[in-house]
Amino acid sequence: MRILIIGGGMGGTILGNNLARRLKGELKSGKAKITMLSASDQHMYQPGLLYVAVGQMTPDQLYRDQRGLLEPGIDFEVDPVEEFDLDNNRVKTKAGKTHEYDILAIATGSRIVPEAIPGLAENAEFFYTEESAVKMFKRLREFEGGKVVITVGVPHKCPMAPLEITFMLNDYFKERGIRDKVQLHYTYPIGRTHSLENVAKWATPEFERLGITYETLFNMKEVDGKNKVLKSEEGTETNYDLLIAIPAHKGMEVIEKNNLGQSGWIPTDRHRLNMEGRDDVFVLGDTTNLPISKAGSTAHFEAEAIAENIASMVKIGVPVRDYDGKVFCFIEAGKDRATYAMFNYQNPPDPKPPTKAVHWFKMAYNQLYWASARGLL
Amino acid sequence: MSDEPKVIDARNTFCPGPLMELIAQMKQAEVGEEMELLSTDKGSAEDVPEWINKVGHEVISNEEKDGVWRIRVRKLK
Repeated sequence: MRILIIGGGMGGTILGNNLARRLKGELKSGKAKITMLSASDQHMYQPGLLYVAVGQMTPDQLYRDQRGLLEPGIDFEVDPVEEFDLDNNRVKTKAGKTHEYDILAIATGSRIVPEAIPGLAENAEFFYTEESAVKMFKRLREFEGGKVVITVGVPHKCPMAPLEITFMLNDYFKERGIRDKVQLHYTYPIGRTHSLENVAKWATPEFERLGITYETLFNMKEVDGKNKVLKSEEGTETNYDLLIAIPAHKGMEVIEKNNLGQSGWIPTDRHRLNMEGRDDVFVLGDTTNLPISKAGSTAHFEAEAIAENIASMVKIGVPVRDYDGKVFCFIEAGKDRATYAMFNYQNPPDPKPPTKAVHWFKMAYNQLYWASARGLL
Repeated sequence: MSDEPKVIDARNTFCPGPLMELIAQMKQAEVGEEMELLSTDKGSAEDVPEWINKVGHEVISNEEKDGVWRIRVRKLK
């Protein structure tokens, strides 16, 4: 059985390692073979970018050599896929190589598209790439006061990021002794301060306690950089001195170019995680079109379910497990307190008041992640 | 105008939630296109029309059956 994993991010890496352990005997005997194709030989811990943006981490702390994270039984190649030929069970890579498969897993991830909003890329700071996170921190250091507007595109990766960056900015400016010179103004696309009702019930009074103003039902339309004004689809506008954006995301271009899914999101069965209409193609992480959080934990839990299913397909011919929609998100409530939200398709989250203990657990997880990527945690 | 709107099945999902899913889909829809949102969140019956009206799109129907809200909308601009 030839298993081909496209993408070496969190989802692809956990899937590969989990699968390699489950199929140790089959890999040794030659009954199974696992190949991973990725665009990079480096693996980035993407949640760390939030900390880079406020000067709590440096970019070098976010990377590990991808090959070193993988089980020895996995054949890893830095050679991204350019063409998917799903009818003939094969892909073609940038280097011109063809890989055939019996089971395919697509975990190509997502990317920000700030260019979708006129004026946003040129006038806003954001933190979803190494370069932009470093640039944002440099802007923050130079900022001496004024109105900081946080604005949120749809869809976006990491649903907690808008709240987290807002609370972290509050503490950042407080620590620098200029919080009284800074107005923090938070905008959000729907009619409350977070998509999760229970999270919004906690966040809104926190905003009020900390003097953070907010406007809901605010979807970015365009940025007038000359006059420093952000305009919304809803017809309102707000001025700013510093604009912080969580830009809208799309799936990767290769997915769109191969007509696998609109905007780069592949239609996926919410329980079996196979591409709709194809039992031999699995999709995980940001790449799915599922109406659930685009978050590392989603990719992690999906990878575990898919690994179990692919292993059972090799061993007994059929998958054995459904994905239950499990997501777990830490929520940083500032520089030294945090809480978390855990939920699935059936049960909404019920976040508890933030504590220092959860914050320190998150700090520990920032290091433990590498054990997680290896499939050990 | 299509007789069969694109269906957004956001039943039993909490985050990003039905309205956020609809906003994402509306952004990539054509003007005049219809969509039907399926939601098990009773809040959708109010917050979806609130957003649709504020932006200037159209709510065609808003019905509940067996705990599932079916909200049909049309993109107007």
